[in-house]
Amino acid sequence: MTTKFTPDHEYVRVEGSTGIVGITPFAQEQLGDIVFVELPAVGKVLKKGDEAAVVESVKAASEIYAPVSGTVTEVNEALSGEPGLINQDPTAGGWMFKLAISDASELDGLLDEAGYAEMTK
Amino acid sequence: MAQTSAEDLKTTPLFSRHTAAGGRMVPFAGYSLPVQYATGIMGEHNWTRQSAGLFDVSHMGPGFLVLNDPSGDAETDHAAIAGLVEPLVCGDIAGLKPGQIRYTLLLNEAGGIIDDLMIGRSPNLPGSLYIVVNAGTKEGDFSRFAAAVGARAKLTRADDGALLALQGPEAVAVLSAILPGAAEMGFMTYRSFEIDGQTIIASRCGYTGEDGFELLCPADFATTLWDRLTAEPRVKPAGLGARDSLRLEAGLPLYGHDLDETVSPIEAGLGFALSKRRREAADFPGATRILAERESQPNRIRVGLAVEGAPAREGAEILDGAGTPIGVVTSGGFAPTLGKAIAMGFVPPGKALPGTRLQVSVRSRAQPAEVVPTPFVPHRYFRKTQAS
Repeated sequence: MTTKFTPDHEYVRVEGSTGIVGITPFAQEQLGDIVFVELPAVGKVLKKGDEAAVVESVKAASEIYAPVSGTVTEVNEALSGEPGLINQDPTAGGWMFKLAISDASELDGLLDEAGYAEMTK
Repeated sequence: MAQTSAEDLKTTPLFSRHTAAGGRMVPFAGYSLPVQYATGIMGEHNWTRQSAGLFDVSHMGPGFLVLNDPSGDAETDHAAIAGLVEPLVCGDIAGLKPGQIRYTLLLNEAGGIIDDLMIGRSPNLPGSLYIVVNAGTKEGDFSRFAAAVGARAKLTRADDGALLALQGPEAVAVLSAILPGAAEMGFMTYRSFEIDGQTIIASRCGYTGEDGFELLCPADFATTLWDRLTAEPRVKPAGLGARDSLRLEAGLPLYGHDLDETVSPIEAGLGFALSKRRREAADFPGATRILAERESQPNRIRVGLAVEGAPAREGAEILDGAGTPIGVVTSGGFAPTLGKAIAMGFVPPGKALPGTRLQVSVRSRAQPAEVVPTPFVPHRYFRKTQAS
């Protein structure tokens, strides 16, 4: 099980052929209190870099992009009632959606944990 | 990740306090100011509503107009300075009592709003006015005032000092401990205080919908005053983000967003700023348009919207029930006090009645929205009980 990161602060945690996508603790800290989350439809086909979701803080809306290509298999419904889960624990209860990864080689182009930590230092 | 911008941004006398408190500094109206502190916008917003928030609003434009050759008679001198200023604005400046402040509007000849501002009459110095204009418009505003008074009065800008806003239900108790007598001030009045040999101008007003004060103080005393206020556990610093969400909940328009040079006072729902005497005399800029709109109806009117779902932000289209575009959101976001999205925007008068079901377009999707009365959150200004 590996987790990869984009320069836009999404993470994708890879479990077999499934990628679990959310935003990093750094990103939630930067965004502040999240008040609304818009998630993709299950079944939606996303290309790497496509706008997949939106998180809204008090102040602004931020787009969340697909870190890799794939088909949305599940979304975190709990976020619609409790968007603050992303602030509380973005990597566990605050995950956003799951993708059936269509091209695993795209993962190689993403940052690993050390690379992402370096970028956000 | 508070970052000091390399751009040519001005700083306020409180810059060091912002960074020390974890302020996330952003460029705003040419100044580096905190959008939030470590607490975050939501926490700062709620703290202001339940206790007291301290805001640095030193970017705004305070100034004084003082008659050059006062007669010494308070009423004569006030009439003289008011007579110089009134041609620019729609408010009754002549009718101000000593120490009284009024919200008014600088207007252009087409009846559009150049700025919204506060004008106060000095409580003790005859022929002197205290004005506070918006940051983004202050250069133009000050030029207008200087030109209008000419050689008959002197404009002294005070935006080299610090302007602090202490807002919230605990503001009066906190401030009274530092400036004894603050509690006796009426809403929309100002007076000066001496503290440690420094003069502080305190106004009982603000832009959050709460009771509170704005404090003008010399630049080199700003950190002392800030430290004394924030030493009090009931006070937490609050940034521009909370200031914006608070004023939005209070239904107060923001210049450059809800108001601009095309918007008239009637369209903006600011008809209360037209005094009866000025209306009858029709002696303010744009009076023809403004009075006509007041008699009949303007083409558009500012309304409050309760939005279902994602926040509709500035620029979002307002649609009628059938999906036809009828207006634009000029301010919008999430209201922490209400736990839902709210917005302000302009719609035709026929669609402006509270209860009207409309829609807003967010990311090209129509969401339900309903016209609601403003303020969204009731104002809690201090009102003296009328004793006499």
